[in-house]
Amino acid sequence: MSVDKETVAKIANLARIEVSEDELESTVGELNNILDWVEQLSEVDTDGVAAMTSVVAADLPRREDKVTDGGYREAVLKNAPVAEHGFFAVPKVIE
Amino acid sequence: MTDLTKMTLSAARDGLQGGDFTSAEITEAHLSAIADASDLNAFIEVTSDQAMDMAAKADAMIKDGSAKAMTGIPIAIKDLYCTKGVHSQSASHILDGFKPEYESTVTSNLWADGAVMLGKTNQDEFAMGSSNENSYYGPVKNPWRADGETKDYVPGGSSGGSAAAVAANISIAATGTDTGGSIRQPASFAGLVGLKPTYGRCSRWGMIAFASSLDQAGPLTRSVRDAAIMMESMAGYDPKDSTSTNVPVPNYEAALSGDIRGLKVGIPKEYRVDGMPGEIEKLWSQGIDWLKSAGAQIVDISLPHTKYALPTYYIVAPAECSSNLARYDGVKYGLRVTGDNLSLDDMYKKTRAAGFGDEVKRRILIGTYVLSAGYYDAYYLKAQRVRTLIAGDFKAAYEKCDVILTPTAPSAAFALGDKVSDPLAMYLNDVFTVPASLAGLPGISIPAGLSAEGLPLGLQLLGQAFGESELLNVASVLESAAGFTQKPAKWWGENS
Repeated sequence: MSVDKETVAKIANLARIEVSEDELESTVGELNNILDWVEQLSEVDTDGVAAMTSVVAADLPRREDKVTDGGYREAVLKNAPVAEHGFFAVPKVIE
Repeated sequence: MTDLTKMTLSAARDGLQGGDFTSAEITEAHLSAIADASDLNAFIEVTSDQAMDMAAKADAMIKDGSAKAMTGIPIAIKDLYCTKGVHSQSASHILDGFKPEYESTVTSNLWADGAVMLGKTNQDEFAMGSSNENSYYGPVKNPWRADGETKDYVPGGSSGGSAAAVAANISIAATGTDTGGSIRQPASFAGLVGLKPTYGRCSRWGMIAFASSLDQAGPLTRSVRDAAIMMESMAGYDPKDSTSTNVPVPNYEAALSGDIRGLKVGIPKEYRVDGMPGEIEKLWSQGIDWLKSAGAQIVDISLPHTKYALPTYYIVAPAECSSNLARYDGVKYGLRVTGDNLSLDDMYKKTRAAGFGDEVKRRILIGTYVLSAGYYDAYYLKAQRVRTLIAGDFKAAYEKCDVILTPTAPSAAFALGDKVSDPLAMYLNDVFTVPASLAGLPGISIPAGLSAEGLPLGLQLLGQAFGESELLNVASVLESAAGFTQKPAKWWGENS
């Protein structure tokens, strides 16, 4: 499988990365090189093989469902590029 | 007087605890050595004041008898670790100005044992790279150069700043992180010991995530004993990381008996790859002989899916990275690109375009593609099935042997700029380190000799899950036999 300019533009949009027309051209080539190379996995017979979900044989630990953390809004907001009235601030999304 | 910047960690510990010198003295000596080595670009941030404060506290611990092995030892921390109030950007522009309000578990463990932080080291952006040329802060230079050369060499990556710092005697030891070889390959390129423990041995809490099913913390040190001491301090169960494993941390240093009689060492035939330089093949044979002389039994083994490990990795790791790096959106921390009438979506897109470097963007796009509707089964699911087969290869091999010996990397350090335009050639650096990463198994690189050009070469030992004690013990035997004592000739700073 290989990607074209239209597909790369689509995945760049999904990934929310702006890619200029010029970059689009070179990115198509780079991604296809990598995709051609990973294509060799199709040689491997994986019928009936379970997909890896965890490399360590461990059950996901569970804990009591209660609040054990929080209550420090200032610290959470401290690194925000823009914070207003105790919230993260973003460009206007509703007209 | 002992040169305070040229000691192993264990010698520094013994000297500190025996009262030969103070932590303040060795910390100060390292801070001046760092200032003298700015040419290497190994540090992104030097935390001088904090280091001196921590050294004073360590000296008090030594005085009142509460010192641990790491107490008073000045070390460097890879920028990827969150350190409270200190630069922690995983060498990315997108985390501009980010100063965490919390401390990673691994660094907390080190500080609780009295270790001293010299600063944060350079790395490939978000740990994506094998040469440390993908950093927003510029490339790191390897203290090692080929004989008679004046050009610069890469220190390996992604933990390149940590490796350069330890090799150049500007830090006694350093933390690294290893996703597909990022501790072991730089250790090999810089003549150091680098240990990636079993997945789950260290907490990943507070480590800036790249590929969560692969990332592990580990030390870069000057000796196997040093690696044992530092690993013990870093490791341990952490309820804040549900993938950390609740098994006790052994005394790794006590495991260094040097006795490997009867141990079975597996030699995988698939690691004899095409185009491997003769000198690496020779070093590997030499390693086999060393272990044999120490009483080990050599067993031929097969890891049949080895050639599929790299392509599997380059689906799984980008998939996880595209998901992990979705958090960098210009809202919660770091860089935000602003503009008149910019919509929220455009703000995201422009911020991410400006904030991520080329290799990071490439991997996010690949990851987004392999996880997208219609391609998930063909790429991601397929790769995770092959990953099961790769882990199965190791399981079968460990029925026949206790540890596995391989080269660490297919070459010595290469010149800066040599591979930067060819992503696939760069990926091949990790051909010997990636398989164990995919299987979650521990691996260690030990400096074993010099190339014909005079650059360090490493041998890698792979162990069984949570078999770090045995791995370190075998590594110590290899280390004694190799007797690697060469150091890079100083070309940086004053008196070069």
